[in-house]
Amino acid sequence: MAHDAPFAHSGMSPSGHPYRPDNDEPLTYWQCMEIAMRELLIEKGVTTPEEIARQIEAMDARSPANGAALVARVWTDPAFRERVLADASDAAREMGFDIGPLRLIAVENTDEVHNVIVCTLCSCYPRNLLGLPPDWYKSRAYRSRVVREPRAVLREFGVELPEHVTIRVHDSTAEMRYIVIPRRPEGTEGMSEGELAALVTRDSMIGTGLPRRPE
Amino acid sequence: MKLRAMAERVRVARWMPPGHVRTPAYLRGRVGEVERRLGTFPNPEQAAYGLPAEPRELVRVRFRAADIWGAEAERPDDLIEAEIYGHWLEPVAHQD
Repeated sequence: MAHDAPFAHSGMSPSGHPYRPDNDEPLTYWQCMEIAMRELLIEKGVTTPEEIARQIEAMDARSPANGAALVARVWTDPAFRERVLADASDAAREMGFDIGPLRLIAVENTDEVHNVIVCTLCSCYPRNLLGLPPDWYKSRAYRSRVVREPRAVLREFGVELPEHVTIRVHDSTAEMRYIVIPRRPEGTEGMSEGELAALVTRDSMIGTGLPRRPE
Repeated sequence: MKLRAMAERVRVARWMPPGHVRTPAYLRGRVGEVERRLGTFPNPEQAAYGLPAEPRELVRVRFRAADIWGAEAERPDDLIEAEIYGHWLEPVAHQD
């Protein structure tokens, strides 16, 4: 097919998927601002493109694994649990995690209390410990609904709590970030810290899920 | 989780100022109890604009769902906790 032939990206592609429009729209104000700032910082020798790319890679590479390791240690080490509940940032650093200036509060689920984390104002999330937040965490639907009807939201995540359990929703409005310490699943006696960490899901540390049960 | 009898009760101001404010609108005018005090931080309402920021106390306040949503609360005794800067809070006397 000649390249100057009229060609409309509409309907289905030959592989049976809908075409998506190219992002040809003009840059937004903040995109221009970001590019201008980045170019200035490079021009003035404050940073380099390579350094920026490395930092983006480092941010993308973060996963909930460090958070899961912390939870598994809380489950197995009562003295560490005390330290986590007293100052979760110090406890995370004690485990050797580079959490930067993160100020972390750990909230523990019990048979009477279930904790859920949200940031209604924006999308605050303990990225240094849990990696990038899931897209739904940043959605208006989650942010506005979980403070108003947490039980309905949790049911949509497949979490049905007993009637007597109180839900504590934590709105990260300012300086603190939060991690939920989920309840240790039954039938995990004798499991190693590493085996336990594999049961700790990202959502269980946000409070919208429960840990996996052992196979 | 029971609310403590002698908890320190506070009311969030009902202001609606323009600008960068870290007090969610749904909590303004609501009464809760101090859950813990977090120390002082530069006031984000100034810091966000590159202005010299005064240190302000930051307080975790715990609200009952019924005290925010009234009869529409899904469960009256569920809890919502948020960090509120001290200049948004005023003490509330206990009704004995």
